Amino acid sequence: MPLLDVRDLVVRFPLKRPNLLAPRPYLTAVDGVSFNIERGETLAIVGESGSGKTTTALAVARLVEAQGGQVTLAGQDMLSLEGDGLREARRRFQFIFQDPYSSLNPRLRASEIVAEPLRSLGGTAPEEIQSKVDELFAAVGLRPEQQRLFPHQFSGGQRQRLGIARALGPQPDLIICDEPVSALDVAVQAQILNLLRRLQAERGLTYLFISHDLGVVQHMCDHVAVMYHGNIVEHADRLTLFNTPQHDYTKALLAAVPSVGKRRRDTAHESAGAGSA
Amino acid sequence: MPLLSVENLRVELKTREGVFPVIDDVSFSLEEGQNLAIVGESGCGKSMTALALMGLVPQPVGRLAAGKILFAGEDLAQVSETRMRSLRGNEISMIFQEPMTSLNPVYTTGEQIAEVLRRHQGLGTKAAWEHAVELLDAVGIPNPRARADSYPHQMSGGQRQRVMIAIALACRPKILIADEPTTALDVTVQAQIFELLRGLRREFGTALILITHDMGAVAEMADRVIVMYAGRKAEEGPVDAVLETPRHPYTKGLIACVPHLMDNVTEDRPELFEIPGIVPPLSSFGEDACLFRSRSEQCTGKCYEARPEERVIGEQIVACWSAY
Repeated sequence: MPLLDVRDLVVRFPLKRPNLLAPRPYLTAVDGVSFNIERGETLAIVGESGSGKTTTALAVARLVEAQGGQVTLAGQDMLSLEGDGLREARRRFQFIFQDPYSSLNPRLRASEIVAEPLRSLGGTAPEEIQSKVDELFAAVGLRPEQQRLFPHQFSGGQRQRLGIARALGPQPDLIICDEPVSALDVAVQAQILNLLRRLQAERGLTYLFISHDLGVVQHMCDHVAVMYHGNIVEHADRLTLFNTPQHDYTKALLAAVPSVGKRRRDTAHESAGAGSA
Repeated sequence: MPLLSVENLRVELKTREGVFPVIDDVSFSLEEGQNLAIVGESGCGKSMTALALMGLVPQPVGRLAAGKILFAGEDLAQVSETRMRSLRGNEISMIFQEPMTSLNPVYTTGEQIAEVLRRHQGLGTKAAWEHAVELLDAVGIPNPRARADSYPHQMSGGQRQRVMIAIALACRPKILIADEPTTALDVTVQAQIFELLRGLRREFGTALILITHDMGAVAEMADRVIVMYAGRKAEEGPVDAVLETPRHPYTKGLIACVPHLMDNVTEDRPELFEIPGIVPPLSSFGEDACLFRSRSEQCTGKCYEARPEERVIGEQIVACWSAY
């Protein structure tokens, strides 16, 4: 049984009425999306901005309301949960956000940021929290003395490590990574991507990975869903999707990526052509 | 003679801790119609180089301390502000990373293009407007006559960047500086903007200076590349040679640390190469030592003692003691 099973998910946002008597128009951001993720695997959702990939993830995590469909996490229906049941369930998925600058509370020390979900989502005895925080800091490659610092004293990459430590704390079943490296410098991106993969191998984590960077997706994921205008237009495993893309939109996306390899090949072609002429 | 030649440029920033060179003895030249890329992480001085060329070094914290910027026989480091104003946007133009914040939200796009034409080319109101509509057409905006009346917020990110390019190209500049022109845009839109820039170069013969952190974009767009690190030139050379045999460890790292899209994907997924650490703080810029030493594996004692000289190896120029 898959860890996460999403069936016909629909999210609509109300728009302004054109006039007082007209029926309210809706923008359908996610239009009947279905996918599933096995435990320990990574599913990447790719697409352009506005294609509904973040909205899908937010709806799965109950951070926006879905208008239809089913979301089942490890056998439990997520969309019907309310109150305490929902709070209890929130422990089971965590978010890593795109912008590590705005997703950390600037008034809390690093240790507090990591400790907060341990405290509020339960599951950790108060006397164990400090040792848990120590362990998480070590796991994401931060030094123990950095626990005293505030977010502004960290670099972008270190802030993202802090975000990862916070997400790992409650031992979630699913971690949703929403563009986790696109706000970081190129050289730092590799450090974070390697860390995410290392943690996945060590802890058997399951990622829902949202990105528009196909190079990153190719490196990180096991399965890929390509979204376009609120629909999944192609959903395949990594090798199939990148080696034999079927849908025209997927092909267009792949062709649009500037790559070092393409240039090397073109030059090789030219010199081979010149040599034979 | 090259179109633009920058000689021993040094730009200093005044901070509370002292005065530090954000650009430290950088020289390069640009031929007519050439595409030059400047790459590096943020904080390496690539945007500051562009601002120096435009005469836009932030005042009063920044200062063009030494060096020459020779453009058509004139030293832009010495010319008056009035003269610079007549060159800027006319002979040398620039497009910025975030098209929303660099367009004026309270003027229509047509007006913003027409303003450049009235100011620099002395066109009348009507002629300038007509020409603005033609330019919107040239950069691929559908229905340009109607869109000239649109405000920036009514357009998509890609269209705004096209308007920026139309403004920059209004006076057919000899040099167009593009500072991360596609970073805020989707890949498909990025491909369109690149195609547009290439087409405009064919048509107008404009030389392009592309500032980016993406080696893929360099491979796609440029003839020649300069890799900058901590305000200094780490490596320079033709794009093919640099991509084929990068000689500076920083260049090697920049190419290897990005997961490039491959054609033949296999099960095999090795860990990405990591450049350890981050760019050094501004306060260590200008030291007489290699500023990359703490992030390099092939570092020797010499890296602590003296700033690496720029050496010519094959077609490339490299500033690293252990490069070969």
